[in-house]
Amino acid sequence: MSQSRTEVVRQSGPEPEGGAAFRSSIGARRGLDRVFTALLVVATLVGLVVLAILLLDVATKGIPQIDWSFIINFPSVIPENAGILPALVGTLWLLAITALVSMLLGVGAAIYLEEYAPDNWLTRLIDVNISNLAGVPSIVYGLLALGVFVQMLGGLTGGRSLLSGSLALSLLILPVIIIATREALRTIPETVREGGYALGATRWEVIRGHLLPMALPGALTGIILALSRAIGETAPLIVVGAAAYVSFTPDGPRDRFTAMPIIIFSWIRQSQPEYELLAAGGIVVLMAVLLMTNSVAIWLRNRYQRRV
Amino acid sequence: MTEVSGNRKRADRVPSANGSTLGMKIEHLSAFYGAFKAISDVSMDIRANKVTALIGPSGCGKSTFIRCLNRMHEVVPSARAEGKVALGDQDIYDNGIDPVTIRRRIGMVFQKPNPFSKSIYENVAWGARINGYRGDMDELVERSLKHAALWEEVKDRLKMSGLGLSGGQQQRLCIARTLAVEPEVILMDEPASALDPVSTQKIEDTMDQLKQNYTVVIVTHNMQQAARISDYTGFFFIENMGDPGQLWEFDETEKMFSRPERKETEDYVTGRFG
Repeated sequence: MSQSRTEVVRQSGPEPEGGAAFRSSIGARRGLDRVFTALLVVATLVGLVVLAILLLDVATKGIPQIDWSFIINFPSVIPENAGILPALVGTLWLLAITALVSMLLGVGAAIYLEEYAPDNWLTRLIDVNISNLAGVPSIVYGLLALGVFVQMLGGLTGGRSLLSGSLALSLLILPVIIIATREALRTIPETVREGGYALGATRWEVIRGHLLPMALPGALTGIILALSRAIGETAPLIVVGAAAYVSFTPDGPRDRFTAMPIIIFSWIRQSQPEYELLAAGGIVVLMAVLLMTNSVAIWLRNRYQRRV
Repeated sequence: MTEVSGNRKRADRVPSANGSTLGMKIEHLSAFYGAFKAISDVSMDIRANKVTALIGPSGCGKSTFIRCLNRMHEVVPSARAEGKVALGDQDIYDNGIDPVTIRRRIGMVFQKPNPFSKSIYENVAWGARINGYRGDMDELVERSLKHAALWEEVKDRLKMSGLGLSGGQQQRLCIARTLAVEPEVILMDEPASALDPVSTQKIEDTMDQLKQNYTVVIVTHNMQQAARISDYTGFFFIENMGDPGQLWEFDETEKMFSRPERKETEDYVTGRFG
């Protein structure tokens, strides 16, 4: 495999003229090169193979479960009648509200920090802490949401509601969105801003007319990744109070709710083997939702990139 | 950035004396980046409807000076200026003046062409639109591109990206978008130094046209260019490294290049140092 590179491969042979300052045989070096190449390939393959096995297992168990009744039924103690409707609706609601809140807050904060904030100790403190917040475990955000959104602001949010759950998830992914958007803004050269100001534009006009459109493709990448993570988060939703068995679909953001990860989790904990198959079906549906969200965001990103 | 978010209608169009545009008068201007003094005590008269060239070795503060003329230096957070810069009768550093309105009336073209990543049409139209232009935009875009000597080359592809043009065309596009907001003064910071000779020639040709309707100030390293196109020339100089730049001599171009008063000016224009 390494012979395709343009190198002179000299097998061990007679000593070169003019003295033997260099070891003439490169067999050992070649051998080491091959060993490490093999190790790196194995490292890559291990991850891919394990992932492939998991996906295959889930797909073979789960896809046969998915029929129309699976999607529109409510969870039930009788496995044959169980469905994911309230969980699917809950996840879609969560996705919508989380996307709205986190994008508005995240992009707004990034614009402020990058374009408006003066370079002083306070700004630098905020910078450092945003990176730290990105690494906080999700259950901590759940506890925060429980205290603030469910209990303190319960009157506004409706207590253990979709709104509280969405706000918990938004806080969770906010640091990632802020960082991705700031990076995107930083790649825009200063000359673009100068060109805008030189025409008598205000700072907001330069941001809205040039910086936001140019930063959007890069920011959307970060937003895609962040939302994908949010869909699968279980811990904060459990703490906030998502139910496992509900007999209704939520009508509005202040209603009680459940979500796909919660139902998958509760099914896996059942002892009957039928529930394992149901859980697999739930996983497949969740991944389908994920793929659709990603595709929309990638389409949006490509559309903005081509607009140039 | 120190800007007052005021409304644009204030101090917008000061009527000029005889139908021509305004000149500028600079008195004792000094500029600082933090504690570092970049230019010291510069005074000059920029006459309306004339081209004034600013020459001098690198690092003498010419770029800093020209950016002070439309308050662009304030975009750098630690920068400030002292002294008076008047557009017509009005000191642009007065307390009530919003730098945003000044920059529309005193436009700037930069050394490296920096068109927006939008269509050619949008590049020209955007500035006019945000400044509230109420007339026929198509006509304004065409007129601006014509005055920048670019119309013939792009009239069939106005919807294509401005970034797809050659360097010289991009620079003329930047001139066109500056013209579209109908300034009174046009500042140019070495506009042709990044361009090939053919584009440079085209830009120099447009400058003769431009001075009929605008006042032009141009920083240039090319002395032949300064001698060719300008009516007045200012020579900037520093004696020692780390000193602030000063205006060493200022006069009609013809006199500056044939009978300069000061030795350093003569040395520079004859190419004894550069």
